Parts: sequence; structure tokens; C-alpha cells
Amino acid sequence: MEFSRRDTLALGLGAAALTVLPFQVNAAADDFISNFTGGADVIEGGEGLTLTAPEIAENGNTVPVAVEAAGATAIMVLAMGNPVPGVATFNFGELAGSQSASTRIRLAGTQDVVAVAKMADGSFVKVGRTVKVTIGGCGG
Amino acid sequence: MAKGVKPRVKAPKKAAAGETVTLKTLISHKMESGQRKNKDGSIIPRSIINRFTCAFNGKTVIDVKMEPAISTNPYFEFEAVVPEAGEFQFTWYDDDGSVYETAKKVAIA
Repeated sequence: MEFSRRDTLALGLGAAALTVLPFQVNAAADDFISNFTGGADVIEGGEGLTLTAPEIAENGNTVPVAVEAAGATAIMVLAMGNPVPGVATFNFGELAGSQSASTRIRLAGTQDVVAVAKMADGSFVKVGRTVKVTIGGCGG
Repeated sequence: MAKGVKPRVKAPKKAAAGETVTLKTLISHKMESGQRKNKDGSIIPRSIINRFTCAFNGKTVIDVKMEPAISTNPYFEFEAVVPEAGEFQFTWYDDDGSVYETAKKVAIA
């Protein structure tokens, strides 16, 4: 089959549309964040909040992640590229020894994992980390 | 109720008053995400544990809201302060309404 000029243009447009799609997923994640913060400003880059995740995860079904934010009352973890971005929300009670927790999560593919912490003074900080996933953890 | 659900908790038996201890919890559960399809192509309905709490003598240590992105056999590791002798209560809430509970006693060394 030969590609005419018109076909080639259509292909290019299709490819462009595909690259735009992930941004729509991010919009859903933004909704999650604004639900959590109640629309308050979120400080990017996060002083006092650490998110530990592997750079490369071989198996997307169990990716170990840890969050820590001294003095936080709650920490939310999001996987930006999953079909549903929410992962978990940790609420710390009065007997929490430290505002840290670790767990194992599913990642559908290579994507950003984001943590948002609600600090004691009511402010919100956010950090992100990119995790490369060799085998995705959704569907089978 | 999901079959074969068994909670496991690792907690110290003794602690000094006011000491911070690390707790590790694991519960066997398939955590069906609601995204997978079976052989006929129909979606397997979601069946997960959606909440986990840990309390010491009734005071909250941690309360976790869980989404389908938590892996099979959910594992949590966190820290708690032990102010006095007592008992840690661990509770998991399943989508189908089941509640799984376990407890660990801690003595003051």
C-alpha cells in the first residue's frame, strides 16, 4: 500500500491525539487532589514530605512505596497513570509514632506516583516520582 | 465474604512506656480491582478491602483509606507510640461488609 500525502497527514494527526490522551487522565487525578485539599493551594516540590519509590519496578503488581512527612495529619498517594488514580490515604491518629507508612501498590505502566500531605498547619505539599514499570499491574 | 482471608501482624510483645514501635501487617486478600476481565470478556466485579485501621486501647494510630491500586495481600508498615500496657486492635473493612479483626497485647518492659 502506498501512502498518499493525505494518508500521512491523517496518521500524524492520530499520533498527536494519542500523545494528548494522558493529559485527560491527569485531569481525573487533579479532581482527586482537590477533593483531598478542598481546593487549597498545594506547594509543589514538598518541603518535609518524602516519597520513596523504586526508579524501575519489574512487576507493576507489587511496587513498594513509602511516604513520610513529619507532623502531617494525612498523606494521600496517587498513581497518575492508573485507570483510577487513587491509591491510598493515610490518616494519622494521636498515637502514631511517626507520620510514615509503607505499602505495596499496583501500577498500570510507567508513570508518576504522587504524594500529597496535609501538614499540621493546614497547608498541603506535594511530591512526585517517576516509576518505570516493566510489566503492568492491571488487567491480565 | 472473600475466602481464605487471614490477617497477620508483627508487633513487639514488650515495649518501654512511651517507646515508638514498628508494626507490620499483612492480610491475605485477592483485592480484585474491578479492571480485570474473565475469559468471556466480562469484567470481574471489584472486591477489595477499602479501609484499614489500627488503634491502641481505643486511640487511633493510623486509618488508611484503600483504593483498588493496593496490591494483592495488602501490606502496611508504620510506627506507633506505646504509652502504657495494652492492646493493639487491627481492623480491616471489606467491600462486601465483612470486617476482619485481630489484636496484639503489649506489655511494658
